[in-house]
Amino acid sequence: MIYRAICMVLALVVAAQAPTAAQAQAPTAAQAQNGPLRIEITEGVIEPLPVAIPDLVAETPGSAEMGQQLARVIAADLSGTGLFRELPASAFISQVTDFGAPVQYADWKAINAQALVTGAVTVSGNNITVKFRLHDVFSGAELGDGLQFAGTVDGWRRIAHKVSDVVYSRITGEGGYFDSRVVFVSESGPKAQRRKRLAVMDYDGANVQYLTGSEAIVLAPRFSATGDRVLYTSYETGFPRIYVLDVGSVQRRVLESQQGVMSFAPRFSPDGRTVVYSLSQGSNTDIFAMDVASGASRRLTSGPAIETAPSYSPDGAQIVFESDRSGSQQLYVMPSSGGEARRISFGKGRYGTPVWSPRGDLIAFTKQSQGRFHIGVMLVDGSEERLLTASFLDEGPTWSPNGRVIMFARETQGAAGRSTLYSVDITGRNLRPVRTPDGGSDPSWGPLQR
Amino acid sequence: MKLKSSILMLVAALSVAACTNPDRFGSDGVGAGGDPLAGADTGIVPGSASDPASPAYFQQAVGDRVLFAVDQSTLTPEGRSTLDGQAAWLLANADYTAVIEGHADEQGTREYNLALGARRADAARAYLQSQGVPGGRLQVVSYGKERPIEVCSEEACYSKNRRAVTVLAGGLTS
Repeated sequence: MIYRAICMVLALVVAAQAPTAAQAQAPTAAQAQNGPLRIEITEGVIEPLPVAIPDLVAETPGSAEMGQQLARVIAADLSGTGLFRELPASAFISQVTDFGAPVQYADWKAINAQALVTGAVTVSGNNITVKFRLHDVFSGAELGDGLQFAGTVDGWRRIAHKVSDVVYSRITGEGGYFDSRVVFVSESGPKAQRRKRLAVMDYDGANVQYLTGSEAIVLAPRFSATGDRVLYTSYETGFPRIYVLDVGSVQRRVLESQQGVMSFAPRFSPDGRTVVYSLSQGSNTDIFAMDVASGASRRLTSGPAIETAPSYSPDGAQIVFESDRSGSQQLYVMPSSGGEARRISFGKGRYGTPVWSPRGDLIAFTKQSQGRFHIGVMLVDGSEERLLTASFLDEGPTWSPNGRVIMFARETQGAAGRSTLYSVDITGRNLRPVRTPDGGSDPSWGPLQR
Repeated sequence: MKLKSSILMLVAALSVAACTNPDRFGSDGVGAGGDPLAGADTGIVPGSASDPASPAYFQQAVGDRVLFAVDQSTLTPEGRSTLDGQAAWLLANADYTAVIEGHADEQGTREYNLALGARRADAARAYLQSQGVPGGRLQVVSYGKERPIEVCSEEACYSKNRRAVTVLAGGLTS
């Protein structure tokens, strides 16, 4: 695995200019241009912040192209959030040719750049080092210290994502999500005989690697909290069963293989020691929890209703799941040891596939109402429901590591229907497709990488 | 292992058949089923749909599937009648076992549809068992919405996709 080979080194770049001016100016909330560089992403409407990202300065011969590519990925990360607007290079007055030279803030101010990212790259054999600084143009000062990342050349995109994560974090005050991976089902072939295989990719759709073949139907892969393992359901024996796969070695083993029962919808507990999942026995589907080490499982729900799609709260204390015990699919929360569940969804329509946000504050879900499907979020007590999307078929939300973005699958209508991954902000803004080589479904967003 | 692989091959063969011949449960299938019974002395090709002991006959003349209403797993009168025929056939051809596959239309979330398909398959299984077919010869599996036979996004297709299909296994090697 190439990512195993990367050794990330984090070091402070000795700042050429001391970052002092940032505090000198009195912040005035009304005028963002005069206040500190900051995006409050909880605000209702955002005017994207203009940012200039010149190509990184090549400090070794032949690394100019790398400097260009790094800048492109950083720019794509930031504009992809909908919170930043990249200024075209053709507008630049000054050119950054020396990472150590003082920045001509007036030139950047003149083109209305509010943030400026400068950087330099050195390539030596298979090693790459990237230094960068984030500048608050209107304060005429650096925002935070310069940083340096080192790794291998084939992992260059990760370095770009790490730079983006720092920039995003410093300006929004939120954790980043760019240096993360998503496991999903890659789909090809006609609708009646769709071929499905597990794949993992960077959050932006780059670096797709396949984890299984397409001989058997595979469904709903789910990352562990550390991203080292993936749970999924496969029909390779002819019956749906849960497998656990080690992402590094791509070795897998069956987790639940009782004869005559179907197991599906697995998810790890936050500590990775327990798997919660559904078993269908006869006509009845209930939720069970299995201790991964011992394989011992215990029943968490009983009764004749369909109980499935369980997801843990980030503290592991509770489980949100769907049940049709009331007569239609609705969302419920119960203690993770089982016991009394309380219904949290009360709107019109059917609710399924609940997923607890990594911040613990929201539950994302799929809602089916009047022939349309929606991805939505609600507070964990079920209040303040907000629908973020609407289409013929949207389903299966998964949270970005910082709990600000949701990825899901959208299937188009009809015989030529195709499933594509999309992402959307929890505000409902910035809906955009995630480009994958084939169709995609059932995404599961992993943690920020280390 | 041998049985399992022959089951899988049969499942595969029947799924291909399901894709190429989606209309076999219409009037054609019933007509084709009526003929061999009446004209037994005109020459029955063993294994073909004219052979009442053949899986092809089971599939086409008896009818290998029952359909369900939206989000329901209750058998319809037509469904029970088809299953009566299936039960009689399975009792007469005791060397066959069957896997009952439950399916759902695409109008539902993936996990729920898996559970719903299980309910449908199990409704068919329970009925066959109530008609005397030993439970040991019947297995159920759900495909949820993963294997539609009709691909339009309209009720005309959905109604055919909400199904429980009895897929025969065994028999061939015995």
